[in-house]
Amino acid sequence: MSTLVTLPVLLPILGAALTVLAARSARIQRLIGLMVLAAVSVVAAVLLVAADRTGPVVAELGGWPAPVGIVLVADRLSALLLLISTVVTLAVLVYAIGQRISDYGRETASTTFHPIFLLLSTGVSLAYLTGDLFSLFVAFEIMLAASYVLITRRTNASRIRSGMTYVIISLTSSLLFLTTIALVYAATGTVNLADLAGRVAALPEGLRTLLSMLTIVTFGIKAAMVPLHFWLPDSYPNAPAPVTALFAGLLTKVGVYALLRTQTLVFPGTGPSAVLLVLAVLTMVVGALGALAQDDLNRLLSFLLVSHIGFMLFGLAVYDARGAAGTALYIVHHITVQATLFLVSGLITRRTGTVSIDAMGGLARRAPMLAVLFAIPALTLAGIPPTSGFVAKLALLQAGATGGAATAVVAGFVVLASLLTLYAMVRVWVRVFWGTEKEPLPDDDPTDELVVGTARASRPMYAATVALVAVSVAIAAAAGPLSAVTEKAGSDLMARTPYIEAVLGREAVLG
Amino acid sequence: MSTREPVPFTQWDEPEGEWTLPGACPVRSNRTLMLEAAARFLFPTVLVFSVYLLIVGHYAPGGGFPGGLVAGLAFVLRYIAGGESEGAEIGSRFVVRPPVLMGLGLLVAVVSALAPVAFGAPVLASAKVTFEIPLVGTVDLVSSLVIDIGVYLLIIGVVLDLLRSLGSGIERDAREAAGEEAGP
Repeated sequence: MSTLVTLPVLLPILGAALTVLAARSARIQRLIGLMVLAAVSVVAAVLLVAADRTGPVVAELGGWPAPVGIVLVADRLSALLLLISTVVTLAVLVYAIGQRISDYGRETASTTFHPIFLLLSTGVSLAYLTGDLFSLFVAFEIMLAASYVLITRRTNASRIRSGMTYVIISLTSSLLFLTTIALVYAATGTVNLADLAGRVAALPEGLRTLLSMLTIVTFGIKAAMVPLHFWLPDSYPNAPAPVTALFAGLLTKVGVYALLRTQTLVFPGTGPSAVLLVLAVLTMVVGALGALAQDDLNRLLSFLLVSHIGFMLFGLAVYDARGAAGTALYIVHHITVQATLFLVSGLITRRTGTVSIDAMGGLARRAPMLAVLFAIPALTLAGIPPTSGFVAKLALLQAGATGGAATAVVAGFVVLASLLTLYAMVRVWVRVFWGTEKEPLPDDDPTDELVVGTARASRPMYAATVALVAVSVAIAAAAGPLSAVTEKAGSDLMARTPYIEAVLGREAVLG
Repeated sequence: MSTREPVPFTQWDEPEGEWTLPGACPVRSNRTLMLEAAARFLFPTVLVFSVYLLIVGHYAPGGGFPGGLVAGLAFVLRYIAGGESEGAEIGSRFVVRPPVLMGLGLLVAVVSALAPVAFGAPVLASAKVTFEIPLVGTVDLVSSLVIDIGVYLLIIGVVLDLLRSLGSGIERDAREAAGEEAGP
């Protein structure tokens, strides 16, 4: 069983190596990529079942026991997020393959896309599974290095400019992360998360607060938390649709996961955190208001992404088992729906040849399927019953209502931000799909992956989008068992003992 | 047998081949004899040193990553000495393309990380073999050396790819740009 925990990390690297070697055959590259991600999905599902039944599954690398060696841990939270992330990654890969086939013909091989894509998946898996702070840093670096390549493919001046913003911001947060790790190690002498849980509690309160705030800033940049969010709407929309979908779906959520893990395990609080509550309100409101001002469809979705990071921060800020459970459920819901929206946006862009909402109109008549495909995730994002968004928001609101006066006020902001989201999405739907039909704009550069005109979308692209919509419907349908898992994950996070016991052994908890 | 004429004793220490690196250099003034001659000596020496670093890495400073970097530096030295002609030469003379080297290195590393599972040991576990070699003494061979070899190959691949794309590639682009300006 413990070998299984290492596979989500090792299989994609193996796939990356094989796809580099098979650079001449596009077909073999595609096959390897799809097989690896499908295999990781299966492994993640098995891990989830195992973690749910018998507690966290731990792998000690090289056989070295915990505080000395590096451990990979799959508990309920990480296995669940790993599963949903890999499924979304797989769907995005299918979409990307479809887009490439329809843009460049069946036989064109892309030598770098598949290896880099799989390496990104490695980084995401490692970030979820790792049991120590330094491997978390390595995971982020693998993820970011791969994302630098993906975001600057097909370079032109504007993409270089936005790519530079992205790279500089990411490097800054990486440096900050490294500094934090150095400080944590200097203060406690360990980087193992389970070991830190015990040792950080013994530190003086001022130092503990400093370290805690440093991790909040570090992961806040990666999660695009207001006021550290400015880079996101500037850089994400400049990448091709599948890449943006992957980044929007996964990368920011990995930041939220890291925040959730460190704030509950290493820096446990005693009640609602005022700092996080304020940040959550700011993130929700600024993101939603920013979205209303946008004309570019992808920028609008990016601002909504920022806004919904605030929802997850809120669940964490409530700081009880219900809040953590709500955040976990919200991450699962949001990974799926945000990726779907960016994929649909890619399909719309292909129909209209533009990303400007003003230049679109009357698309419902020409592409009714697209209208439905956009409407479902849009309503899900806004949280209309009976979608998965409603289920996730209900969990958050319940946590807010029982958390005290302050959290109840912030819960009001959750409702406000949801209404603003609904308004933004309905406005997009009305302007893009209703109204007078507008002629699609001509395609200036047919080889450009970002804006490719008109109507050329292959079947795999639609299939991948439909599959993701189905996944988010399935999340709503399976809300009962799913929230049972996330509730247990939430109480695990707050209790801390299951994780520490699994990594360090029973004595560590008792002594 | 060899058709080569015997070299007279007085000429034994005279070089047979060219001392400078081969290849036509468009701008002769950019070449420095000192560096080119030094590169001749240093290239194999540095490569041997990189293999030494690779092998001692388990117990002493070194390992796959530093070893690979040092080996890469040997190629960088050749590139700097020979300029663009040498850059093109590294690309064309190398039987294995740099990306293949990278993929191979990654493959070796991952497979050796997974290999212990076949023997019932945890992932990334390593075994040690100790044997006596006459004159040399006791030698420890650690199975994690295989991972280091993978990393070594990977890093050499990366450096060669950098030389190809950022070295001769940029020079080619610059030449094309200059050619366009000079043209009609």
